[in-house]
Amino acid sequence: MTDATGPIVAADGRPLKVSLNRALRREKLRAFLLILPLLAFVVISFIAPIFDMLFRSVQDDITSRTLPQTVVALNDWDYTGEALPSEQTYEALYYDMFMAAEAKKHTALGSRLNYETTGISSLFRQTGRALDDVGEDVIEAMEDASAAFDDSAFWAGLFLTEDRSAGNNAASTRAWASTVSNQALRLPADVYLSNAAEAALPNAARQYAAFAMFTHTVDEDVPAEEDPWEAVWMALAQDLTAGALTYDGPETADLLAAQTAVAGPMAGFAFTDAFLEQDEDWGDASVWGTIQTFSSPYTAGYFLTAIDLELTPDGAQAVEDDVAIYVTLFWRTMWMSMTITFSCILLGYPIAWLMANLPDRSANLIMILVLLPFWTSLLVRTSAWKVLLQQQGVINDVLVWVGLVGDGSRLALINNATGTIIAMTHILLPFMILPLYSVMKGIPPSYLRAAKSLGATNWTAFWRVYFPQSVPGIGAGSILVFILSIGYYITPEIVGGTKGVFISNRIAYHISSSLNWGLAAALGTILLVVVLALYWAYDRIVGIDNVKLGG
Amino acid sequence: MATATDERAFVEFERVQKSYDGETLVVKDLNLSMPKGEFLTMLGPSGSGKTTCLMMLAGFETATHGDIRLDGNPINNIPPHKRGIGMVFQNYALFPHMTVAENLSFPLEVRKMGKSDREAKVKRALDMVQMGAFGGRRPAQLSGGQQQRIALARALVFEPELVLMDEPLGALDKQLRETLQFEITRLAHDLGITVVYVTHDQTEALTMSDRVAVFEAGRIQQLAPPDELYEAPINSFVAQFIGENNTLEGVVTAIEGEACTVKLDSGDIIDAKPVNVSSVGERTKVSIRPERVEFNRERLHADAHTLKAEVLEFIYMGDIFRTRLRVAGTDDFIVKTRNAPDQRRLTPGEQIEIGWLPEDCRALDA
Repeated sequence: MTDATGPIVAADGRPLKVSLNRALRREKLRAFLLILPLLAFVVISFIAPIFDMLFRSVQDDITSRTLPQTVVALNDWDYTGEALPSEQTYEALYYDMFMAAEAKKHTALGSRLNYETTGISSLFRQTGRALDDVGEDVIEAMEDASAAFDDSAFWAGLFLTEDRSAGNNAASTRAWASTVSNQALRLPADVYLSNAAEAALPNAARQYAAFAMFTHTVDEDVPAEEDPWEAVWMALAQDLTAGALTYDGPETADLLAAQTAVAGPMAGFAFTDAFLEQDEDWGDASVWGTIQTFSSPYTAGYFLTAIDLELTPDGAQAVEDDVAIYVTLFWRTMWMSMTITFSCILLGYPIAWLMANLPDRSANLIMILVLLPFWTSLLVRTSAWKVLLQQQGVINDVLVWVGLVGDGSRLALINNATGTIIAMTHILLPFMILPLYSVMKGIPPSYLRAAKSLGATNWTAFWRVYFPQSVPGIGAGSILVFILSIGYYITPEIVGGTKGVFISNRIAYHISSSLNWGLAAALGTILLVVVLALYWAYDRIVGIDNVKLGG
Repeated sequence: MATATDERAFVEFERVQKSYDGETLVVKDLNLSMPKGEFLTMLGPSGSGKTTCLMMLAGFETATHGDIRLDGNPINNIPPHKRGIGMVFQNYALFPHMTVAENLSFPLEVRKMGKSDREAKVKRALDMVQMGAFGGRRPAQLSGGQQQRIALARALVFEPELVLMDEPLGALDKQLRETLQFEITRLAHDLGITVVYVTHDQTEALTMSDRVAVFEAGRIQQLAPPDELYEAPINSFVAQFIGENNTLEGVVTAIEGEACTVKLDSGDIIDAKPVNVSSVGERTKVSIRPERVEFNRERLHADAHTLKAEVLEFIYMGDIFRTRLRVAGTDDFIVKTRNAPDQRRLTPGEQIEIGWLPEDCRALDA
């Protein structure tokens, strides 16, 4: 026997708990291996997508990725509705935009910002096309000053070196250019950015390094054989006008010539003017306000849009009534799902009762009839409702024939909320009947007999004794039907018209048509939260333990 | 047997028949009359029609033919909830979503009784079954025996004059069953209620009832007080069904008033009392209770017929000895003897002679 105060030990002297664990380990491992495929499947196909959706609904780094320098420059600017950002901001925008345009990333940002301020998409597209023209005079002046600038090898000789000790790998440029182009850019092997050129001509060196990396990595060309981008010319012109040239090398003469030549054109040049010349919208502070508002990598904007608010530079504001749609859709989804659930209870309860109380043969027949819809394609069933419910359809024809409805005033039963409710009640009815049936099957008939023998009328016996015991079935069926219907898509899409569609139809639209995945994710997240909240409330009020799917 | 004109009858079945499928009769021509305050048990094997009779009385099944009267009034067309009959079910049928007190209060509520009256009656009924402290519990929190007490209290709380019990103790263990048997009879006696009790347990039927109706194949085979049923079964079914019984088959060779002789198939001659036989040459089953068999020659009549027997097995059962004998070609002839100081213990292999008083050996139908 073991000491009553010490831990119980097994026969071999090990603590009993350890022994037991050891004995059970094999079975636990086997049980785990058995569920492993399903677990992996659920994680990959269910849990991971849900977290991805939750993340997408707040993720918004496209602005900060595409225009990193512009976003930094905007930090010093406050949106007032009038004042434009500084010249430095326009300068940063020029280089960011040039890089983005080369990598063809500026249109994606334009589309993203267009969700918030209409017109930005075309502004970005046009600007991207016109960037080459910025500083035309300056570039022409440089070309006139020395023919060397038209030689691709001249540029390469100026900024690149193969001497490891005289150059560096342009880490900060590489980080910036890789972020903007969303690709891992790098200089060719054994080619470095010249330290001397970088010291004397910092802007130009940076832009040339970006050009060289992009040319090597994306275009897969040799930088020395390609003409540098206009942005490199403009950067060089800026460097040359910034002060006396400190560079000492074979290219000094050409640079000095250029320095003299660009002095005139650069004196009257400003990036601000250049952008305004391309498109006067760049002088609209609200465009800048939008860029600034969405410059953070995380945003509440999608969620605000999902509840008919918009994130403006002035903060969250209600959108105009004629474009407000989501709150209406959420409410419609809720009340229609509740109506459908209630209809399912009304129609399903008597059938489930009948099934639970008939002899097995008849009950099985009804069960087959209940399950029959499951064996028919959902699309076929929904389309059948279209045939039945339309204005020239079977039901209207019968009503007109009987004389209940005039031929001129046929009922609109489809392409509206009525159609959706009718079709979805039919489609979801089995999900109500089955749990109800299994719960009712578990209520012995002796309860009703007992109630009657105690003096209760049929109705009292039902209401006071039978019904309370069937409530878990109603609860299970209602949760099932409500949660299924709140996310239903196909049926509202086919029979709902415009007045009978659900929020899920809008989500599908944003996923497959407008490609606004962030908003779709935010709408989906709200739907998920609503369902979880209802589930929680149900658990608090009714108790989830009371839900029974089987007797 | 009582007839429909019996003035004292409280519950009456008159020529009642019941068929579920229109082809076979589950209850065939049932006639039964009970005075007020009687404890009557319907006893029989499964499918003998006893529960159907109870359900017809409660109103959950309708009689296919015949009249059922309660206190002189036909109740065939009265729905169950207006009959005012208390009922206790085998599975208790306590409403699981109500507390014990709410369960008891239910029949009073549907009778529109005031709250204070209800509470008083519920309390009294709970005290009556010694469950006064359990009013706030749910049925699921009670043991089987406690649930059955509550079910009993609920059937009695609205003071019905007639209470039906459908195998109420069937799901309980032996000891609890015996305690409750005693309590039910005590309550029935104290309250003066009429009880119709259905069971397939003959001990229960014998110990509790004023009268027992033995059902078989839709008919009452015998309706009699327990002692009469045991000691004077009127046919071989009742003899077999009630208590332990030795049966020997043979042909009647002589009848003289209250005595007859039977020649067994083995050729032996025995004495018997003719009950269900009327003529010489008729085949018969004779029935002798194990405790009435005598192997002490001195206690028998001098001219009594005896049979040779061989002891096969001796079983010590504490209060009694049970001895299995081979008699007249059968191997399962049982003799029970009391464990008394002077009692002889037979040993297997011993050859003995057995006999009985002629009135203890009843010649019944074959």
